[in-house]
Amino acid sequence: MLRLAPEVHRKVVGHCYDGLPDEACGLLAGPPGTGKASEVYLARNAAASARVYEVDGRDYLRADRDAEARGLEIMGVFHSHTHTEAYPSPTDVAQAPDPSWHYVVVSLKDLPVVRSFRIVDGNIAEEPVVLDGK
Amino acid sequence: MAVEIRLPTILRQHAGGQAAVQANGGTLGEVFDDLVRQFPNLAGKIVTDDGSLHKFVNVYVNDDDVRYLDKLDTKVGGDDVVSILPAVAGG
Repeated sequence: MLRLAPEVHRKVVGHCYDGLPDEACGLLAGPPGTGKASEVYLARNAAASARVYEVDGRDYLRADRDAEARGLEIMGVFHSHTHTEAYPSPTDVAQAPDPSWHYVVVSLKDLPVVRSFRIVDGNIAEEPVVLDGK
Repeated sequence: MAVEIRLPTILRQHAGGQAAVQANGGTLGEVFDDLVRQFPNLAGKIVTDDGSLHKFVNVYVNDDDVRYLDKLDTKVGGDDVVSILPAVAGG
């Protein structure tokens, strides 16, 4: 299960809209081992594309340092699909680097849909996403 | 001279679970050679078998992406921090 702080949820969906017509992306962070995203680092899409995304490397570096300084851990990534379902594409699966991460996909095809997946050895497993204000 | 290397979570399992390790060398390539000597399971994870940086990692010396410096020939010294981060991308 992925638990999102409500503020994180708002920022994620807002950033995805702000990124249109391109895909948008960012990194999720939280206290280690909790499965809760209490912080989000909005990133630039270095690919600047409506079909693919690449988290800007320097944005990642900044996020990693800030998370480290605050005792948080980067625990996942989100990106938008502008015209398709909120489900990992073959490219997403092929490039998923970390089996411990939560892979959040936001579809803007219709009303925004936020779904989360674990991707291990090329296998996709969806997990519930809940808002957690505590 | 030893420099600090910060590892992403996915590589820490190959380095005894450590988030940061020390390695010796005057260039980034030498530092990574020493890193692999200490942690043989990191072989091929950062530098490919043909001796270039793996395309799925981004490497920084302090704030600078080494692809825009001298890649593996980038000179490093005692106060430098080398950060390795996975390239995060998809479709």
